[in-house]
Amino acid sequence: MTDQTSLEHGGAVDEDRRNFIHIATGAAAFGGAAMFAWVAVDQWNPAADTKAASALDVDISKVPLGSEIRVLIGGKPFFIRHRTPAEIAAAEAVDIKTLRDPQTDDERLRPMQNGELNRAILITSGACTHLGCVPVGPAQGNTGEYGGWYCPCHGSEYDTSGRIRKGPAPLNLPVPNYTYVSDTVVNISL
Amino acid sequence: MSGHESSYTPTNAFTRWLDTRLPIIRFAQDTAINFPTPKNLNYWYTFGGILAVCLAVQIITGIILAMHYEASVNGAFASVERIMRDVPYGWLLRYIHANGASMFFLAVYIHMFRGLYYGSYKAPREVLWILGCVIYLLMMATAFLGYMLPWGQMSFHGANVITGLFGAIPLIGESLQTWILGGPSIGNQTLQRFFSLHYLLPFMIAAVVILHIWALHVPGNNNPTGVEVQDVEKETVPFHPYYTVKDAFAIVIYFLMFALFVFYAPNVLGHADNYVEANPLVTPAHIVPEWYLLPFYAILRAITFDLGPIPAKLLGVIFMFAAIAVLFVLPWLDTSKVKSMRYRPVAKQFFFGFVATCMLLGWCGASVPTDPVIKALQGQPTLVVTYTENGSEVTSEYKGGGEAYEDAKSFMETLPADASPSLSAVPAPTFQFKHLSLILTFCYFGYFIILFFIGLTEKPKDVPESIHKSILKRHKASTATAIPAE
Repeated sequence: MTDQTSLEHGGAVDEDRRNFIHIATGAAAFGGAAMFAWVAVDQWNPAADTKAASALDVDISKVPLGSEIRVLIGGKPFFIRHRTPAEIAAAEAVDIKTLRDPQTDDERLRPMQNGELNRAILITSGACTHLGCVPVGPAQGNTGEYGGWYCPCHGSEYDTSGRIRKGPAPLNLPVPNYTYVSDTVVNISL
Repeated sequence: MSGHESSYTPTNAFTRWLDTRLPIIRFAQDTAINFPTPKNLNYWYTFGGILAVCLAVQIITGIILAMHYEASVNGAFASVERIMRDVPYGWLLRYIHANGASMFFLAVYIHMFRGLYYGSYKAPREVLWILGCVIYLLMMATAFLGYMLPWGQMSFHGANVITGLFGAIPLIGESLQTWILGGPSIGNQTLQRFFSLHYLLPFMIAAVVILHIWALHVPGNNNPTGVEVQDVEKETVPFHPYYTVKDAFAIVIYFLMFALFVFYAPNVLGHADNYVEANPLVTPAHIVPEWYLLPFYAILRAITFDLGPIPAKLLGVIFMFAAIAVLFVLPWLDTSKVKSMRYRPVAKQFFFGFVATCMLLGWCGASVPTDPVIKALQGQPTLVVTYTENGSEVTSEYKGGGEAYEDAKSFMETLPADASPSLSAVPAPTFQFKHLSLILTFCYFGYFIILFFIGLTEKPKDVPESIHKSILKRHKASTATAIPAE
């Protein structure tokens, strides 16, 4: 407003002063808005406690032979199956060239602390690779045509190694990251 | 001024087509770009813009916090702690929201005092002023509701005290209180309804803000001279860029201060007790509201006497609500035709007295009512020995420092065993905060009454003929003394 009056009295506009105020104000406003935008976007990411809940120690000694237990980690289902020798044999006997997603049974297991594979225990994701339904298994009395799991949504059939054998699902049930903490405890993480 | 002619001309086929169907570009041009604004507005006039940004900040951070908050007595406190510790940048969002409330109130108080000083409440801006009072009332309600949500000790017991005020209303008070709480006491149901309303009210504030701006744009801005615009050509400048830039500059400066609180003193305006989860069985020793409600709290507590059939409790509530209600009728209490205090030498003194009164009331609200205002003036307490003699109670007083204690003790030892003596200290009478509160309460209301009478008797200074003349005069005065025109 000072400029208005000074103009009328033959004074000049102080361009430097104006520019300084414009740039300083603009920088503070846009800088602040940009930083706040970062915050507003980032706050939707998983919180620290949610991230911390994305791993679980599971006692595998309690899984009944020929059946399985199901655990939720970060809200996602996982299968821990105690396979019978017959189921292990069936899984190993498959010619992997015939598979849609070729993987040997050994490739789907993780070594124990002594470096050996615990073939009796199979740990896989519990979400069908088709559209994410949770397949039924031995506990529900339906293991499908190949003795593993059967997905009731669209009829995908998995074998005793959790590999896709029939139906619309494109891939085997994924094997999660897990390590043997001891002979009877595994730590599964997302 | 809605009376001003629209200067918008659609420039292309689309805007011409739109202009005859939804003239939204014309509306934006006329209200936010070309709106003729008095050219002599000072920085006190930037607080409207600052407040608009404050409201936006509160709504945006509030919506985000609501995504992480859990409105239940079992989960509320923990969910706030989770926001502080686990949610990415949750600490920042919550500190912005909590300090944002304080910044919002600080700005609104400056905005209101600005209006009081320059007579912005007077004709033809009474509705504008009243809408502002409505916003202020809604702000206080929102702040109160929001303060309960963290479910800390202050949240719970503060809400208990304030909802208890409704219990003071005769006849319906108790059932009204039960209705508000949804039960005999504050419980989960209260927290849920408070959360719902805390989410709703800011949008109601936003709606009233729109009316407030509408009512502003009908007569146009008041200005420091209080003289209405006579020559739009000479005395106004378009809102953009002149005031958009001036407001933006002020907003950034204000937010630098805001950031200072958020990053360096995020809890300085709060109470440590609110980081203790609500416990209905233990009230904090010193219970006070947030700073921006303290003056009203002081008025509430200042009334400790019955008035005829009205008990003190109800009278306090009446005075507290009257302190806000009086603002609504202010346009008709002030009888002076001169708007700006610049030209009202007497009223101006009272205005600054009123500002001081409000601040001192805040100080009273933050203090314990029975504490001495000036500690140094507090005399030494009197020691009173109470004992039984011949079946009746007798007291003996001792004044002075340590000697009095020795005397009292030795006196007690001389008494027979069946006298069962006890010693107590009675503080010396002094000027306490409750006394100051009462005086200030009368000063507060007195201001509005005095405005009525000053307006009738005061001889104002020469009011400039126009905004333009006033600017010329100030400019001449400043060049004469070789001080840069600022």
